[in-house]
Amino acid sequence: MSQNKLFTVLVPIISVFLGLLAGAIIMLVSGFNPIEGYTALWNGAFGDSYTLGETIRRSTPYILTGLSIAFAFRTGLFNIGAEGQVIVGWLAAVWVGLAIDAPMYIHLPLAIIAAGIAGALWAFIPGILKAKLGVHEVIVTIMMNYIALFVTNDIIRNVLTDRQTTTEAIPASASLASDWLQSITLYSRVHYGILIALFAAVIMWFIIQRTTIGYELKSVGYNEHASRYAGMNVSKNIVLSMVIAGTFAGLAGAMEGLGTYGTISVMSGFPNMGFDGIAVALLGANTALGVVLAAFLFGALKEGAGEMPTGAGVPTELVDIIIALIIFFVASSYIIRWILLRFKKEGK
Amino acid sequence: MLDILQSIIPTALFYSAPLIFTALGGVFSERSGVVNIGLEGLMVMGAFVGIVFNLTFSDVLGVWTPWISIIVAMVVSAIFSIIHAVASVSFHASQVVSGVAINMLALGIGVYLTKQWYGKGQTDMVDQPFYTTNIPILSDIPIIGSIFFEGIYITSYIAIAFAFIAWFVLYRTPFGLRLRAVGEHPMAADTNGINVPRMRYIAVILSGALGGIGGSVFALTIASNFSHSTIVGQGFMALAAVIFGKWHPLGAMGAALFFGFAQSLSVIGSSIPLFENVPQIFLLIAPYVLTILALAGFIGRAQAPKANGVPYIKGSR
Repeated sequence: MSQNKLFTVLVPIISVFLGLLAGAIIMLVSGFNPIEGYTALWNGAFGDSYTLGETIRRSTPYILTGLSIAFAFRTGLFNIGAEGQVIVGWLAAVWVGLAIDAPMYIHLPLAIIAAGIAGALWAFIPGILKAKLGVHEVIVTIMMNYIALFVTNDIIRNVLTDRQTTTEAIPASASLASDWLQSITLYSRVHYGILIALFAAVIMWFIIQRTTIGYELKSVGYNEHASRYAGMNVSKNIVLSMVIAGTFAGLAGAMEGLGTYGTISVMSGFPNMGFDGIAVALLGANTALGVVLAAFLFGALKEGAGEMPTGAGVPTELVDIIIALIIFFVASSYIIRWILLRFKKEGK
Repeated sequence: MLDILQSIIPTALFYSAPLIFTALGGVFSERSGVVNIGLEGLMVMGAFVGIVFNLTFSDVLGVWTPWISIIVAMVVSAIFSIIHAVASVSFHASQVVSGVAINMLALGIGVYLTKQWYGKGQTDMVDQPFYTTNIPILSDIPIIGSIFFEGIYITSYIAIAFAFIAWFVLYRTPFGLRLRAVGEHPMAADTNGINVPRMRYIAVILSGALGGIGGSVFALTIASNFSHSTIVGQGFMALAAVIFGKWHPLGAMGAALFFGFAQSLSVIGSSIPLFENVPQIFLLIAPYVLTILALAGFIGRAQAPKANGVPYIKGSR
């Protein structure tokens, strides 16, 4: 294995380890028993088939938002807007779910596609602004997040319902819920969305590694000028990358709208799936397989956190602190590499 | 008409103050070349510290509590922002990623400690928030006095004063010139003997201090307690003000005043004849839409500092 590849694998593992270690220290300092804390976390995530089902359920949208951010990263774009794309995808999925009456084999795909298109459109705006006017996508996507949040809340209140905070539940013909999956997991909310998420990961891997489009997208990410010189249409690739990223994030919204909840509610703040997706993509080194693994890790951490207050008295927010620290460690991989190289030199 | 102005302007000033402080922090940081998505997190930290300090020491400090609270919040947020500085200046981390992590970390720490210390997800309401006052003498001026100086928070005027101080520091002092140089062309600055990492550290810490003031002022004037939903988006709105104000302290102040005005309209607009027919949603999203339009060049060109977001690595081209 080349040294670079070794680092790509080692940096995330070391970062997770350091994050968990820091979590243990925080628990110790604030008077909790870290072993009890982490045992509760483990039980909350993998304790029985119910929690296992819930862990999978929670990881499902993380896979998709992680893919969204990872995909844009490959083209050198930072899609902080996954958050807003999730929200509009969620809205579109539930809207189609409620508005149309059709048999399942039409209704469900239609609702899922609507979510993807909504996310894609929401990402198209920053994409086209970046491609044509050179506007930095980070700021535009952040602003788009807030526009999505407020507009969606307004639509839920005034269009989908009559001044209610939650819509009606979607009919069974648009639902991803699975009796079979529920029955083997003691009636957790796990749904067929996990298959869509895993399939999306395969698609991402295929596009990036096996197609000309993917090659061009990566090339633009590495060096925009060289790509233009080589005859690639840089603007087109930037827009395309954002649109595909937006589609993934929109699908994450469908997972929540059609799978977990079956409704959409007025949100007082962001559901945070997009921001957590940044952590997932970073930890997964922007590869499809890495994203899936990282999504399961964060899904398990977040799900397990629910057990920590009852099991060990530790506030659930400990997990947010751990995740934030993991991001810092991965982002500061420069220093981890530097230390690793030091050790190597001394070992010789 | 007078009644309308009398109800809008104090509210607009009241909503703008936290945005002005935080946006000024953003101007310092971004002018030195460090993108600061973490403004939101710095405000969260400021709000948390401000509220906790206020609750703990209000018996001892009496009416001085809110003032000392914002100073303590300023210091703690400044220290907290060093994490962002270390990651993005010394460790060459992606500044955007580090900023996202700052946001998560601040909220995580704030709510974790709130639960640990108060046993619930939100603190009690503070006993000693800021109160509105009439400014002596000035409020006696006919018309203007009643609009601008009656029933307002002094913090709003301090924020405006800070904007002028920030302008003076950035454009009229050697320190400001160096700070801007580092953000435009770090290599040239380095060649001229300016310590680039040091300037960037100072700028990020200044943004932490100002973000801390902004967060605590928000908490002690608007929210009065701390929970996970105390600061939702104010930091990003301050960031929008930085850009809409074209990375200029007075521009950022103007943008923040305008956003505060839009927010106050969305709150009290329904009681004003001119705005009662405008759906609230347009006023809510106005700051964000305007920022996108400004960036796209539809409302003047917003040009970022050249080296904004690029880690400076000595010796690289």
